Amino acid sequence: MPPLHPFSAAPPSTSERLPGFGPVTPAAPRSAGRRVLDRLLARPGVGALFGVLVLAVFFGLQAPELISSGGLATVLDIAAPLGIGGVAVALLLVAGQFDLSIGVVAVGSSLVTALLVTQLGLGIWPALLVSLLAALLVGAANGLLVVTTGLPSFLVTLATFLVLQGASLAGAAAIAGSSRVTGLADAPGWESALAVFGSTAQLGDGRFRISLLWWVLATLLTTWLLWRTRFGNAVFASGGASRAAQELGVPVARTTVLLFLGTAAAGWLIGTLALVRLGGVQVDPALGDEIEFIVVAVIGGCLLTGGYGSTVGAALGALLYAVAREGLSLADWDPRWFQAFLGLLLLVALLVNGVVRRRLRTVPRS
Amino acid sequence: MSTAAHLSPHGSPPPVLELRGVTVRFGSVPALSRVSLALRAGEVVCVLGENGSGKSTLVAVLSGLQQPAEGELLVDGRPERFRSPQRARACGIATVWQDLAIAPLMSVWRNFFLGAEPTRGVWPFRRLDVGRAEEITTRAMARVGVPGLDPGQAASALQAGERQSLAIARALHFGARALVIDEPTAPMTVAQRALVLQSVVAARDAGLAVLFVTHSPQHAHLVGDRFLLLGGGRVAGDLTREDVDVHDLTRLVAGGDELSRLTDSLRAAEHDR
Repeated sequence: MPPLHPFSAAPPSTSERLPGFGPVTPAAPRSAGRRVLDRLLARPGVGALFGVLVLAVFFGLQAPELISSGGLATVLDIAAPLGIGGVAVALLLVAGQFDLSIGVVAVGSSLVTALLVTQLGLGIWPALLVSLLAALLVGAANGLLVVTTGLPSFLVTLATFLVLQGASLAGAAAIAGSSRVTGLADAPGWESALAVFGSTAQLGDGRFRISLLWWVLATLLTTWLLWRTRFGNAVFASGGASRAAQELGVPVARTTVLLFLGTAAAGWLIGTLALVRLGGVQVDPALGDEIEFIVVAVIGGCLLTGGYGSTVGAALGALLYAVAREGLSLADWDPRWFQAFLGLLLLVALLVNGVVRRRLRTVPRS
Repeated sequence: MSTAAHLSPHGSPPPVLELRGVTVRFGSVPALSRVSLALRAGEVVCVLGENGSGKSTLVAVLSGLQQPAEGELLVDGRPERFRSPQRARACGIATVWQDLAIAPLMSVWRNFFLGAEPTRGVWPFRRLDVGRAEEITTRAMARVGVPGLDPGQAASALQAGERQSLAIARALHFGARALVIDEPTAPMTVAQRALVLQSVVAARDAGLAVLFVTHSPQHAHLVGDRFLLLGGGRVAGDLTREDVDVHDLTRLVAGGDELSRLTDSLRAAEHDR
């Protein structure tokens, strides 16, 4: 049988062979199934959704309690802070920038809150306001350094991370005398702060925390910003074609600084949620948390090169992370395997992202 | 706006964009010396020359990326300084770059409207008017000869010539009055090249003043009304369609000797004056 031309329905037009000045006929359309697949693959985050489902089934079979409302509550509890940071980092990655300082901003800002309350006797809300301003100051410093010097944000925020890590460890020891600050429950405004940042709801045998709502809110807000506002278009363009964006008058520098303010605010929110929940703060040195936000965003389909990604994907990435972590522990595996597992997930995500990108970049060559 | 005020003594309107004796130096090396040219509405001026003859510098000056050390730049007969690309754009000068940077992973309509997206609603609920943006993009692309385009597809799926068309369609839509096109040197098929030429013609017919920088005398002769030959940063020849046929033009551009001989004689003539 002679090989059939896949689009043999349309006879080759003359303009294909004899390109003239007339309108160029559009290329033969791809088959419908192929188009749907392309469209689906073009949505960042589809891979993460697929991963969540596969892992949920895999671990659900080994440990059925993962699928119960109790298991779900734990998974969502792990995912929420990670997702809040993840969606903020995802926006930054789409704009072609990194932020390694978000975790230390979380710890640092909650330390500031705790110290203001315990040492100066401030109410919770004024203390939270001051620590939010401090966090935004860090974000502004990151952003301004990146846009004015043109240094890689990876290195700038690594420096910020080290400075803040050292400062919070030394600061906590010098002022409070230990790396642990507690005793916030007596402060004025604690009840209302607890309601906003620490409420829980019992559903079945699962205790769902309000951090879940903050996570959903952050995802909805960032998704709307990214896809449906001029700001979002500027974010895409800053990462995808920075020079062209500048030439077209897109405020690339302002967008970048705003995104760093966003990650700093997300860090503050993560820190505040933990602070209110634990009634105190424990300063631990760890770079691992910083990486996790980026891992989550990349699993969610963000490209490290910028210009592409989604915040829903990052939220799903956080969910994937949490399912894997809780699944491993419920299935009675040694939890120390978790990082190896996470590394594998990241590798798979990177490979899938690469395939997607090649598909999107495919330009018919002459 | 009263038109009488801008009329030159001859009664015709002044050029949309004009350079008078523009010199650009990189260090002590002049990249352009005393270059003059005028772009008129509905007219295509083709700039031809070897690599390093100052074509890119000329584009940079006209688009506001490079400030001339000497000389004047006039928009509608009024002196103007392009301190930034934004200023040039505000004056209605749109530039289509050679290494045209589009955001490859963004959709066609997002690229089309980049920096000037249509919105609806009031702050803080102001949002992109996606439907309108897609519709306008489709129409604008059809106008420059790319019909039936899915505005939601990634811009990376566009072919080389279509990318130029996108930029030119954008310039037309946003009311540019002069268009500076640096033809890509990257290999393109004949059909893709034809697409670029087609959009040049579309821009001219829309009444824009077009400056088309190209390597190909054949292409230049197809669309050009006037031809500016650059050599060593100087205007080696300013010819009209009546002066040359495509063979003369090819010979002038291809033969570096002839070009430089011509340059020398022109220079000599200049000194005599």
